[in-house]
Amino acid sequence: MNMMNSVRKKLVVIGNGMAGMRTVEEILQRTPGMFEITVFGAEPQPNYDRIMLSPLLAGDKSFAQIVLNSLEWYEANNIKLIAGEAVVTIDREAKLVIGEAGTTRPYDLLLLATGSNPFVLPLPGVNRPGVMTFRSVADVEQMLSIAAPGKNAVVIGGGLLGLEAAHGLNLRGMNVSVVHLMPMLMERQLDAASAHLLERKLTSRGMNIYTSANTEAFDGDGENGPVRAVVLKDEQRIEADLVVMAVGIRPNATLAKSAGLATDRGVLVDDAMRTSDPAIFAIGECVEHNKQCYGLVAPIWDMAKVAADHICGVAEPVFSPIASGTRLKVSGIEMFSAGAFMGDKSTEDVVLRDGARGIYKRLVLREDRLVGVVCFGDARDAGWYFELLKNGEPLGELRDTMIFGPVVASDDPDDALAAMADGAEICGCNGVKKSTICKSIAEHGLTSLDDVRARTKASASCGSCTGLVEGLLKLSLGTGYAPAAVKPLCKCTSHGHDEVRRRIKGGALKTIPAVMQALEWTTPNGCGSCRPALNFYLLAAWPGEYVDDAQSRFVNERMHANIQKDGTYSVVPRMWGGTTSAKELRAIADVVEKFDIPAVKVTGGQRIDMLGVKKEDLQAVWKDLNAAGLVSGHAYGKALRTVKTCVGSEWCRFGVQDSTAMGIALEKTTWGSWHPHKVKLAVSGCPRNCAEATIKDFGVVATEAGWDLHVGGNGGIKVRATELLCKVTTEEEVMEYACAFLQLYRMEAHYLERTAPWIERVGLKYVQEKIVENAELRLSLFKDFMHAQKFARTDPWAEQAADQQAGKKFNAMAELV
Amino acid sequence: MMDGMRVVRDFVDVGALEEIPSLGARCVKTAMGDIAVFRTADDTVYALRNQCPHKAGPLSQGIVHGDAVTCPLHGWVISLQSGKAMGLDTGCTPRFSVKVEHGRVLLSVGVTA
Ligand SMILES: Cc1cc2nc3c(=O)[nH]c(=O)nc-3n(C[C@H](O)[C@H](O)[C@H](O)COP(=O)(O)OP(=O)(O)OC[C@H]3O[C@@H](n4cnc5c(N)ncnc54)[C@H](O)[C@@H]3O)c2cc1C
Ligand code: SF4
Ligand code: FES
Repeated sequence: MNMMNSVRKKLVVIGNGMAGMRTVEEILQRTPGMFEITVFGAEPQPNYDRIMLSPLLAGDKSFAQIVLNSLEWYEANNIKLIAGEAVVTIDREAKLVIGEAGTTRPYDLLLLATGSNPFVLPLPGVNRPGVMTFRSVADVEQMLSIAAPGKNAVVIGGGLLGLEAAHGLNLRGMNVSVVHLMPMLMERQLDAASAHLLERKLTSRGMNIYTSANTEAFDGDGENGPVRAVVLKDEQRIEADLVVMAVGIRPNATLAKSAGLATDRGVLVDDAMRTSDPAIFAIGECVEHNKQCYGLVAPIWDMAKVAADHICGVAEPVFSPIASGTRLKVSGIEMFSAGAFMGDKSTEDVVLRDGARGIYKRLVLREDRLVGVVCFGDARDAGWYFELLKNGEPLGELRDTMIFGPVVASDDPDDALAAMADGAEICGCNGVKKSTICKSIAEHGLTSLDDVRARTKASASCGSCTGLVEGLLKLSLGTGYAPAAVKPLCKCTSHGHDEVRRRIKGGALKTIPAVMQALEWTTPNGCGSCRPALNFYLLAAWPGEYVDDAQSRFVNERMHANIQKDGTYSVVPRMWGGTTSAKELRAIADVVEKFDIPAVKVTGGQRIDMLGVKKEDLQAVWKDLNAAGLVSGHAYGKALRTVKTCVGSEWCRFGVQDSTAMGIALEKTTWGSWHPHKVKLAVSGCPRNCAEATIKDFGVVATEAGWDLHVGGNGGIKVRATELLCKVTTEEEVMEYACAFLQLYRMEAHYLERTAPWIERVGLKYVQEKIVENAELRLSLFKDFMHAQKFARTDPWAEQAADQQAGKKFNAMAELV
Repeated sequence: MMDGMRVVRDFVDVGALEEIPSLGARCVKTAMGDIAVFRTADDTVYALRNQCPHKAGPLSQGIVHGDAVTCPLHGWVISLQSGKAMGLDTGCTPRFSVKVEHGRVLLSVGVTA
């Protein structure tokens, strides 16, 4: 054994990081057992994925998940790891390295992989506790020891690394400010327009961005106490419990330099990654090759191959750097850049900007070849561009369409998807790669979009990558993929109602134009079918926030009256639970006479309908009715209509509960709510059911023991009796169940779908699971309903009568008679 | 020969463009009945008789989208450019000349040929 050992050459690696260990892996692949390998690492941990420090900080990954080479791996490969001890001396004469704890090792070949050091601003207060850099696990641990919701963090540097740190700290609940020296963020990757988009996006997440901001000092407790604020040159103070400097890196060449190796910015190496001493190789961020230093892993992987070939003596390739791409690892913000994206005199740009959607793409061309690319807001095609860039083929005809991505370049969008690299990220929100999705489909036999969402989370958040995920299902399953045929909402879109509702919520879409943009509507402003639907979906999704769009309402809802076939209107005031008074009846009688209203009729919903009101009289009619305390009955709307009641225990000899009072309470709580379609309620005082509660959307029937709750009835063209939802005992429960039911219906039914077809579609069981069996959900639905009602219980008549401007729509614009 | 025909029509100022909601319409009363003046998303204005070719529904009360309006009564879609019913429906509503100058809506009540 000893014999063997002494025969084997000794390879010592300084730096237990990504470059060093990749090279060792490459060596083991080529000539296993050729070397006796010793690795010195200044960090106490085994080699981990430094790139993943951002997700580690954000809490998306644990340390165990980012380890690249476990301690067992070192052991299994007979590698001696000396972790936690930095090498301080290289004695080239004696071919020895000496660690800071005195550990001495001889070498035949030495590999330097000492990485780089984060640049530390030489400013007053830089040594205060709480001021740190972002390079290692230790840094992340230090940040997390301070980070807490509500505390203040300041990140110096608005480049890739700084923004990833800011994002992570933001997710940890800190108030984050980014201080950036340049006038725009990520000036090395973006131009002014896209940097502005980025800034807007980050600001909307609650970050404060200071650009053109020069840091002067770190202020804090006493002389050397913890940091409390960052002071800028213009004397602004930004509160800080934590300061992260991410202002750049410097190759770590100190050790090499003190050993007398040729260095400049980094350790100088030739095309074989050999330093000025033939027994010493260097690799990774510590090197300088052809005046170039590196800060990304892709070129480092190439260096590792070249070095391994030479070290093992199996081949003699030369290192020639290829372009590499960067992505911003901030969930929900897609950004990719690669190659010579800055451009110069010899290049030309092809630019696509879509301000509304926050998309920016710049392709940099030189002599008909793609040499640089920047994608912001939509990096779906990044992989494809990167391939084009690496291939370096003349673009020819592609030039005209390439800015729109491969989808246009190829007739079949699936081709582009098939051509996409396995590692390409499909879902930006959840960071899911193409290979992950394809593997899941194969391994778990997934056949639907929902399956994929459940398994991988791909497209489960904002949903903008849904098309790509479906494409992968198609690629993987071929004809076996039969997407549930969803009926599009209307001919302006291919999306169904559910998808539209999901995207509104998931994508935080808050206006009709925003929905149409994001979901790629094919018409500029929709049609008479989708606009009212979107208006309702937005109203339901964002109560109190969404501003109702009158022009997307059907005429009845815009005029707050029912248009009749002759173009006149009918007006129906609300009568709570079907009750009225002399005063109200008198006001109605007066109005009928005053405005010469031709017909008056009692409706099936226990109220009074005035028919034949002229458009120009509407406002005055409402004014008079309002004065008597009458409000709109919403008899015209996809809204809560009536709550029909019987007289109940107050008057009826059979009555077992006060159905009228229950009905009034229900109507006072639910009136004004908008729904996918009209909604009618009824309350009967005993099972004789005189209020016909069993053909209503929500029917309540009193029993000796309490109340039976019925749902999904309809008395219209297609009569449908209700189904029993459940039995409850108290009035409070009736209220809670009723509101929860209405809320579930509002949030999940398709526009223009009444409760009866909705329940037939989803099944009573589904509704029971949500409303009856899940008390927590019921309560939260109830609360959501009550919240929305805060904004809905307003009388549109009063509003319209008060609003002079609104009044105009009832009158002619001009009279040319 | 030209009797009774006004070749050069008079445009009448019927109000400011702002008085018509974007993607909406307002009516102008004339001796020949109501004329609906529509405003599209890009601020183009169109004028049609306020009567649907189907059953005379008030088109000014419909939903305006693109260069068309959906009638409030039975959902026919009428082209604002031609006054013709679109899709499978047939019928036509008279058009009127209308234009916007300096933010004012100018309407000519002679029927466009
Ligand atoms: C937060 C973060 C995010 C990043 N994101 C990306 C990304 O998205 N894409 C990308 O391509 N790149 C990214 N990078 C850069 C990438 O991590 C580096 O390019 C890569 O780690 C460089 O590898 P290296 O081995 O040269 O250096 P390192 O991985 O830093 O390894 C050097 C090791 O040497 C040790 N060492 C130094 N001196 C001595 C000594 N004297 N004795 C013993 N040990 C010593 C150090 O402690 C360290 O462990 C990111 C970096 C960070 C910090
Ligand atoms: S439902 Fe019962 S309580 Fe109500 S009126 Fe009819 S019989 Fe009387
Ligand atoms: S009147 Fe216009 S569609 Fe019937």
